[in-house]
Amino acid sequence: MTGALLTAEGLDLHFGAIPALVDVAIGVAEGEVVAIVGESGSGKTTLLRVLSGQMAPDAGTVRWLGQDVHAMGEAARRRLMRTDWGFVHQNPRDGLRLNVSAGGNVGERLMAVGARHYGNIRAQALEWLAKVEVDAARIDDLPRTFSGGMQQRLQIARTLVTRPRLVFMDEPTGGLDVSVQARLLDLIRGLSRELGLSVLIVTHDIAAARLLADRILVMRRGRVVEQGLTDRVLDDPQHPYTQLLVSSVLAA
Amino acid sequence: MNAPLAGYNFAYLDEATKRMLRRTILKAVAVPGHQIPFGAREMPLPYGWGTGGIQVTAAILGPADTLKVIDQGADDTTNAISIRRFFTRVAGVATTERTEEATIIQTRHRIPEAALREDQILVYQVPQPEPLSKLEPRRAETKRLHALADYGLMHVRLYEDIARLGHIAKAYDYPVMVNGRYLMSPSPIPAFDNPKMHRMAALQLFGAGREKRIYAIPPYTEVRSLDFEDHPFRPIRAPQACALCGSRESYLDEVITDDRGGRVFVCSDTDYCGTRVAAQKGVA
Ligand SMILES: Nc1ncnc2c1ncn2[C@@H]1O[C@H](COP(=O)(O)OP(=O)(O)OP(=O)(O)O)[C@@H](O)[C@H]1O
Ligand SMILES: [Mg+2]
Ligand SMILES: [Zn+2]
Repeated sequence: MTGALLTAEGLDLHFGAIPALVDVAIGVAEGEVVAIVGESGSGKTTLLRVLSGQMAPDAGTVRWLGQDVHAMGEAARRRLMRTDWGFVHQNPRDGLRLNVSAGGNVGERLMAVGARHYGNIRAQALEWLAKVEVDAARIDDLPRTFSGGMQQRLQIARTLVTRPRLVFMDEPTGGLDVSVQARLLDLIRGLSRELGLSVLIVTHDIAAARLLADRILVMRRGRVVEQGLTDRVLDDPQHPYTQLLVSSVLAA
Repeated sequence: MNAPLAGYNFAYLDEATKRMLRRTILKAVAVPGHQIPFGAREMPLPYGWGTGGIQVTAAILGPADTLKVIDQGADDTTNAISIRRFFTRVAGVATTERTEEATIIQTRHRIPEAALREDQILVYQVPQPEPLSKLEPRRAETKRLHALADYGLMHVRLYEDIARLGHIAKAYDYPVMVNGRYLMSPSPIPAFDNPKMHRMAALQLFGAGREKRIYAIPPYTEVRSLDFEDHPFRPIRAPQACALCGSRESYLDEVITDDRGGRVFVCSDTDYCGTRVAAQKGVA
C-alpha cells in the first residue's frame, strides 16, 4: 500500500495447537488509525506483540519503513521502541514506573534519547501533563496516588512525549468506567490528529473503533476475517462473524 | 622483606586462582568500566571485610611491592590493620602508611588526597558493583541495559532527586560514565573523590567479593560524574579547614571531641594530614 509505515505479510504463530495468528497481513499508513477488533482469544494482543517486535512469528515478515523488524538487532529494535514507536498497555502498571513521580515518568523517554537539561525536561513534562489533562500540581506525585483514568493518561503522555510516529495500544480503555473511557477516547483522537500519529489500537469496543479508526480489522481465531474502511465494515459487514459483532453491539 | 608464613602459597591464593583472577583483571582493563564475573574463592575474612579487594590485591601482588591499606581514609582502623597484617603474614611484603611509598593501595571509602602515579595501583573494595541495582533488581535486565548503553533510568533517578530536593542527593557511590561507554559504581567513596578518578595516572581496579565481579579503569581514562547541564555535578566537602593541618582542599571527617557535643573537622586522609602537620612543624 502507498505511504505505508508498517507492513506485515504471511504472519503465522501457534501456541502448541492454538492458532494465534494465521496468514495475517496488515499495513498502517502515515497518520492512519487502525483498529483491531475481535472476541477474546482471537489473537489481537499476539498480533500487536509480533508487529512491535516483542515476539517472533513462526512465519511471515514485519517491516518498518521497509526494514525487517525481526531481523534487526535488539539494540536497533529497542531504539525504535523509544523513538519512532510507542506502546500503551492495557494495564497502566505495565507501562508506568509506579515508584517514580509523574514528571519522571514523562521525562524518562526524553532522558533515554539523550535529554540532559533538567529545566527543559521538566517544562516538557508540564506541557504533556496539560495535554492529557493532569493537573500540573501533581507533577511530583507518584502515579500510585492517581486514579485509573489518570494513570492511563499519564501513560499516554509518557509515550507521546518523544513524538513517536506509530503508537501501539492494547485496549487502552479496558478496565475503566464508561464515562472515563469516553474522555480518554476523545483525548486519544485529539492527540493522534494533532500530532499526525499512526495508531494501531486493539479494542473490544466497536463504538470506540467507530469513533477513532480510519480502518478496521476483524480477527477471529487468529485470522483476519474482514478489513476495510471503518464505516464500510460497520455499516455493511460482509463476513457473518462481523455481522454478529455489529448486531450484538446494536442489540446491547 | 619478612619471610611469608609457611604452609601458604605466596599471597594466600593458589597459582591457578591467581591466574584466573589476572585473566579477569586483563579483561576488565580491556573494557573500562565493564563488570567481569569471576569465580570468587572463599577468603579467611567475612564478606564486607573487603574480600573482593583482597583477592584482586593477592592476584597482582609481587614480593617487591609495598602495600598500603586504607579504610575511611585512615590506615589505623581495625579493617585496614587486619588486611595489612594478613598480607604481611601470607606474602611477607613491606607495608606502609605513606601514599607516595606504596606501589599498591587497597582502599575502602576513599581515594588518597595525594595525586597517584603511573607506578601505583589503586584497588577498591566494592560491596555492590551494579550501579543500576536499586533501579532494576533483575540481573539479566541490567546486563542488557549495559549492553545497549541504555542509561536513561539512572538519569530518571537524578531527576527525581532534583524534583524532590532541589539537588542531586547522592553524596556517596555517585555514578560515573567510564570512557563514554559504561555506567559504573565508583564504590562508596564520597562524590568529592569522583574527579580524582578522571584521567588518573594510576591503574584503578575494583573487586566485589560477594557479587563476584571485577572492573577497572586504565590509566588516563575519562571518568565523568552523571549530571544535568543546568545541575552540574559538584564535589562537596564541609566548608571548614582541617583542625590539625588547616587544609581547605581535603575531604574532612567530623569528629566528636567530648560528650558535651564538641566537634571538630579533620582530614579523613590521615597520611595527607600527618605529612602536612610534620612539614609545618619542620618549618616552625
Ligand atoms: N504466551 C502464550 N502461551 C500460550 N498461549 C498463548 C500465549 N499468549 C496467547 N496465547 C493464546 O493465543 C490465543 C490468542 O491470544 P491473545 O492474547 O492474542 O488474544 P486476544 O485477542 O488479545 O484476547 P483478549 O481479548 O482476551 O485480550 C489465545 O488462545 C491465547 O490463549
Ligand atoms: Mg489481548
Ligand atoms: Zn588535615
